Amino acid sequence: MAVVELEIPARPAYLSLVRLVVDAAVSSLAPNLGGARLDDLKLAVTEACSNAIEAHQSAWTDEPVVVRCELDDGTVTVEVADRGGGFDPADLAGLPEATDPLRLRHESGLGIPLMRTLADELVFEQATNGTTVRLTVYRAGSVPGG
Amino acid sequence: MQLRADVSSLDGWTVVSLFGELDVASAPNLREQLIQLVSQGSHLLVLDLEGLDFLDSTGLGAIISALKRARTNGGDLRLVCTQARIRRLFEITALDKAFPLFASLDAAVRA
Repeated sequence: MAVVELEIPARPAYLSLVRLVVDAAVSSLAPNLGGARLDDLKLAVTEACSNAIEAHQSAWTDEPVVVRCELDDGTVTVEVADRGGGFDPADLAGLPEATDPLRLRHESGLGIPLMRTLADELVFEQATNGTTVRLTVYRAGSVPGG
Repeated sequence: MQLRADVSSLDGWTVVSLFGELDVASAPNLREQLIQLVSQGSHLLVLDLEGLDFLDSTGLGAIISALKRARTNGGDLRLVCTQARIRRLFEITALDKAFPLFASLDAAVRA
């Protein structure tokens, strides 16, 4: 298994760099993942990083956001670790479902539902000093652990 | 990569053609630009997404914002989008039911 780790300042301008690194890492170290799954992964990682950057800005911290990619032939896992104040994903229960027509009344809150749909596995780990989001995608047709 | 938004007119519709990446870094500026267009009287908007390389949920939020403002003023917002990876976002979020997705500018303004 190969590991690629990146630290970025908590600013939106660095999201493009994260996508470039994830793209390059997958293309060179897990090329069999497939283009469509790579697109899903880059979008899910962008959503996780956007939330992390917002958490850092809310917490007034200058610490970097850490993006760690673990890659093998059929599986890619990306962890996004922030040092923000943390949040409870269950708090989003107050928003209408993404498919609800009333959803148009809300212009935000689509990020976590998107991550849930795009990733094969999604785990939130809460700690006193921040949140780690772990996203895993499998190569199309591959068997987890196989 | 930055976002570029070119504005033109076609058959009474204001066409905003987007090129580059629409994410949390670029969405706030686009949101303001679209609000300004609607407030200046452009109530019939077409967003051409064919030149977009990337779209995330914040970009979707900017588009939702423009749609609501256009409809509040008696207008509409239509999207030109044939790229599978961009269309997928609208399908996952079911927003393809709120935004008609057209295959070309001509189809969008003549529907």
